[in-house]
Amino acid sequence: MPNDATALQLVLSGDPALFAIVRLSLYVSLSAVVLAALIGIPLGALVALTKFPGRQGVIVLLNALMGLPPVVVGLAVYLALSRSGPLGAFGLLFTPGAMIIAQTVLVTPIIAALTRQTIEDLWIEYRDELTAMNLGPLGRVTALIWDARFSLVTALLAGFGRAAAEVGAIIIVGGNIEGFTRTMTTAIALETSKGDLPLAVGLGLVLIAIVIAVNALAWTARRAGERLAG
Amino acid sequence: MRAPSSELPIVFDGVTVTAGPVTILDRIALTLASGAPTVLIGPNGSGKSTLLRVAMGLLAPSRGRITWGGLENVPPLRRAIVFQRPAMLRRSAAANVRFALRAAGIPRAEHARRTGELLELVGLGHLADRAARRLSGGEQQRLALARAIARDPAALFLDEPTASLDPTATKAVEDIIRAVSERNIKVVMATHDLGEARRLAGDIVMLHRGRIVETAAAASFFEMPQTAEARTFLAGELLV
Amino acid sequence: MKMFTRRLLIAVTASLVFAGHAVAQDKSIVMASTTSTQDSGLFGHILPMFKARTGIDVKVVAQGTGQALDTARRGDADVVFVHAKPAEEKFVAEGFGVKRYPVMYNDFILIGPKSDPAGIKGSKDIVAALGTIKARGADFISRGDKSGTHQAELNLWKVAGIDIAKDKGPWYKEIGQGMGAALNTASASNAYVLADRGTWLSFKNRGDLLISVEGDKRLFNQYGVMLVNPEKHPSVKKDLGQQLIDWLVSAEGQKAIAEYKINGEQLFYPNASDSGA
Repeated sequence: MPNDATALQLVLSGDPALFAIVRLSLYVSLSAVVLAALIGIPLGALVALTKFPGRQGVIVLLNALMGLPPVVVGLAVYLALSRSGPLGAFGLLFTPGAMIIAQTVLVTPIIAALTRQTIEDLWIEYRDELTAMNLGPLGRVTALIWDARFSLVTALLAGFGRAAAEVGAIIIVGGNIEGFTRTMTTAIALETSKGDLPLAVGLGLVLIAIVIAVNALAWTARRAGERLAG
Repeated sequence: MRAPSSELPIVFDGVTVTAGPVTILDRIALTLASGAPTVLIGPNGSGKSTLLRVAMGLLAPSRGRITWGGLENVPPLRRAIVFQRPAMLRRSAAANVRFALRAAGIPRAEHARRTGELLELVGLGHLADRAARRLSGGEQQRLALARAIARDPAALFLDEPTASLDPTATKAVEDIIRAVSERNIKVVMATHDLGEARRLAGDIVMLHRGRIVETAAAASFFEMPQTAEARTFLAGELLV
Repeated sequence: MKMFTRRLLIAVTASLVFAGHAVAQDKSIVMASTTSTQDSGLFGHILPMFKARTGIDVKVVAQGTGQALDTARRGDADVVFVHAKPAEEKFVAEGFGVKRYPVMYNDFILIGPKSDPAGIKGSKDIVAALGTIKARGADFISRGDKSGTHQAELNLWKVAGIDIAKDKGPWYKEIGQGMGAALNTASASNAYVLADRGTWLSFKNRGDLLISVEGDKRLFNQYGVMLVNPEKHPSVKKDLGQQLIDWLVSAEGQKAIAEYKINGEQLFYPNASDSGA
């Protein structure tokens, strides 16, 4: 990015470096949310609907993991993906793939914990009906997940917000490499360290605008869906 | 058509249900056979809902046993229940019915036709695409009835199906219950509305404090109640 | 729905793997370097020239010198380009680096507030200046992150005869962050701070900060570059990495470094030919 531009100028001029950063941010965070949903939703539903020893402990743990410090996750993923680490052979460190993995670890507990709560509440409401319909376990789970879909969208948005906003994990495992692993948040950290506070603030506003846009999109979809299916 | 029902008669043999120290049903002996609707009456807390849940197979007796067509542990394939406050799936009215058809194992090819028929039966044909949770209380009751009938039940249990409905909605639901009963489905229904019991019942079972105090054909029950409790209840006085 | 989910899963998994491997296919290397070189904008100036010449993409991971050496030690970089000679020599001696090449130097400067509470502005003697700061208890921000700049600072205290670990008071604040963060902190609290000239020249949030001390020979800051030892880490791209090193110390690379200027001021002075540097 040119040195003396403000963020607004960058946006208005369609600065390709800025758009590449925005694209990478969205790619990394959305991929992480999709992966975390594929893991977290079934996991949350499983905890909500099964009884096993230590279940209370698992619930407390899931809720606590929602507050995982990104920098700790970043460090753990860094050590795992480093050439000297157990997964070093994949050569993922300092790539977008590593950033997706780190954010998936951060987001999965959020989606799993919120799914657990949502599905458990819905199960209390549906238990009699679904039991009376003689539905098997798989039928129950799919019915509950489908009927919880609007609340689960909120869980996904919470996960996306977390992923899009964090810098601690991806700056460690991505390395903030220009044109390759530099995202909105790591760029903001960099501009701050260069003392270019106006550009950092400008980029921050762009990031907030993007997060609002994604949420508005999801909200519109949710409202439209609810009108049809309530 | 499916094979003739093996669900009936439903026989309660000394059924007791306890929750901790509280006895909810106390040594119930009762036979529910095919025919006109059986209506359970009695004050709130007398055990009507619990009796329906045991009959549905949702609740196992603490003591005693219950049999369906002479067998224990029959899965509720041809029984259905409408709860007092039925849960509406977060889908359209038609999708609620389709869900019930699928759960009952009805072949997918028949879903569209049967859904249309069932919604017409309960008078919701024009609301097929409406979100179920946006229907009125009476419409929700009727949709729950359609879902229950979708299972093609031999026995249908209804728990206060018209409680909290206005007279128009109540009449609509009662008309459906009559139509269902005429299809040779055994209706067992709890109500605390004596007028409704008079309008619909073939037989009356009166419960008080978890016990059956009187079982009789509807006509004779209302003409000549045999027990003091029944007379008090029919007189509209508080039965404590 | 199920089909869609499965396709999505495959797509995501594939992109994860490709994100790692696509890079391995084209010509690229990872260079662990320091925030000071990155933030000064030097790499943005010289690496495109290197790429035009060789087609090699250099991915710069900018960290403190200590962390950059550790990244290289773990095998997560192909080349390491830092500024802390004793640490670099140790890195090579331990077998993690193949050979250290001197590349260039810049200089450190002591930055301080316009009000100059220690009264050292314009001095050319960094050792005396540090002694005055300590004696007057003027606020001083230390990187405290084991970076090259931090190590240089610690060394200067030692030369000044001050055991900073023991003698530091509330006036001495270690922030454990990068150069930019240290300058931001000094700017916000009107404190003295040791900085490299490159970062200072491109730093925008100066507030009331000025250069207090510069020009002392003891403030020279030597940069060296090393290939990570492929015998320790077979994943190191030694040919591509060596090409970068060879170019940096070549006449063309040295000229490119000398030509990088901010506001007409040269930031780095190439000295690859000085084998003692």
